[in-house]
Amino acid sequence: MTQTPLTKNITGKGIIDGESPTNLAGFEATGGYQAVRDLVGKMDPADLLQLIKDSNLRGRGGAGFPTGMKWSFVPAPDGRGHRYLIANADEMEPGTFKDRLIMENDPHQLVEGMVLSAYTISADIGYIFIRAEYHRAIAELRAAIEDAEQRGYLGDRIQGSDFSFHLHVHVSAGRYICGEETALLNSLEGKRATPRAKPPFPQVSGLWGRPTIVNNVETLCNISHIAREGADWFQDLGKGSDAGTKLFGASGRVKNPGCWELPMGTSIREILMDHAGGMQDGYQLKGFLPGGASTDFLTPDHLDLPMEYEAIQKAGSRMGTGTMIILDDRACPVGMIANLEKFFARESCGFCTPCREGLPWVRDLLDTIEAGGGKPEDLEILERQATFIGAMGNTHCAHAPGAIEPLSSGLKYFREDFEQHIHDGCCPYASKN
Amino acid sequence: MNAQLINVLSDEEVSAIEAEISHLPDRKSAAIDAMKIVQEKRGWISDESLSAIARLLGMSFEELDGIATFYNLLYRKPVGKKVILFCDSVSCWLMDSEKVCKKLQDTLGIQFGETTTDDQYTLLPVTCLGDCDHAPAMMVGDELHHDLTVDNVEAIFK
Repeated sequence: MTQTPLTKNITGKGIIDGESPTNLAGFEATGGYQAVRDLVGKMDPADLLQLIKDSNLRGRGGAGFPTGMKWSFVPAPDGRGHRYLIANADEMEPGTFKDRLIMENDPHQLVEGMVLSAYTISADIGYIFIRAEYHRAIAELRAAIEDAEQRGYLGDRIQGSDFSFHLHVHVSAGRYICGEETALLNSLEGKRATPRAKPPFPQVSGLWGRPTIVNNVETLCNISHIAREGADWFQDLGKGSDAGTKLFGASGRVKNPGCWELPMGTSIREILMDHAGGMQDGYQLKGFLPGGASTDFLTPDHLDLPMEYEAIQKAGSRMGTGTMIILDDRACPVGMIANLEKFFARESCGFCTPCREGLPWVRDLLDTIEAGGGKPEDLEILERQATFIGAMGNTHCAHAPGAIEPLSSGLKYFREDFEQHIHDGCCPYASKN
Repeated sequence: MNAQLINVLSDEEVSAIEAEISHLPDRKSAAIDAMKIVQEKRGWISDESLSAIARLLGMSFEELDGIATFYNLLYRKPVGKKVILFCDSVSCWLMDSEKVCKKLQDTLGIQFGETTTDDQYTLLPVTCLGDCDHAPAMMVGDELHHDLTVDNVEAIFK
């Protein structure tokens, strides 16, 4: 049995008779939509929910919340209006390039996952909220939806059952904050993408006040495989405490940057050395962000950690999206953090003061230090800012706390670099490139 | 109301917007889609267009402008024939995107936020394009260009 369910159609192992999985016949030939034919209208949605719970699937968008538990908060159908399922395909976390891979090369996998998920939570309308820059993915998904509708996998009375589900692609108009699920809902409603206060949670009162589930693309793609192969099979895919496989990636000065589907719990060393091919000649590993811009730095000391939610958290970071950003020894850590904070400051929605005012302050301080104008007390200000706006609860949403993760860990691990900038009055890396 | 609108929005635009509204719970919910429809043909959203859309959706100019100015892909100023979205996020930065960007800016003679004198290109920064294994990356119109270097970026605009 294949051990890469998410990418088997993409890497070629699952392709039969050369049929591309991007067309419906090719997808069906590899077992696609079999779970829809077998289960929709036949399996009790409550049993399917229990299966997802038993599988231990956790959200692949960054937060790692158990998917079955998230779904279980959706109230029973009240017959008073629509219920929504939304795929978060906004993929704007810097350094993250995994959902694009699936949507461009195996769009039916997402559609099938959404049909089964919608059936489980009794949603009748679905949206794929996708960033506008993903032109190819948008075209592939629209074509896949049309084909699936014609074959009765989407639309009214799917496969002759009582279950109907209509799926639409919604192309976003930009802004990173749309990836936050309640900001996404506001954007879908045509408003500014300001995150909402919780509670009420979207499961109870989401899109237009109706029960709504928002899941990451990769999370939803796992559903059809779990439905077909079972919870135990899925658990066994993981090497350690986490279930399933995960799309891991590496970018930066590695020999072979890319994205690979590997068992949960694969060590960071294996990902970096065996799959990414190690560092490019002439470059050493200095540190890395394990799962996107809003995760804490880790260092070469952490290479033997397994990529698992708990293990990475214990080391002081988060697995996030699982796509690692590699800092080499010739790139300036202060410059890298300044780049990150410029991004976070720009992408603040501006709703709450600590984030709107604090992040530009942090950005400006970092730019000053990088340019050689920093003073020793600037590091204290940065640390105080990190404490104030990095604490959950001091800001309206998780944007600013996420922004602070690479800063506070950077101040810890690359302290000497900060101090040298201030002492020398210039960037010591400028001469290295 | 419609007599005034006809001068600003085309029949096609109005009917495309109405089609969006038809499957939404209220007219305002179509705000972003309506602006995208208008921008599609005209390239950007002028005050005149915005005012017409606001009236069509039953909202104030200010409320709609507040939405328009929130989103980086809704343009409230004229842009060139093609918009260049140059990734300025971290993975591209680590792969020397700043040097590539400088070369691009010198080649076209524009900085971020500016349009070439022949109205062909507008250059804007964009958040991570999700193509980090081929960094640095940028979009030129609908086309993705990646593995950019100081040496290959100029040829894209010839």
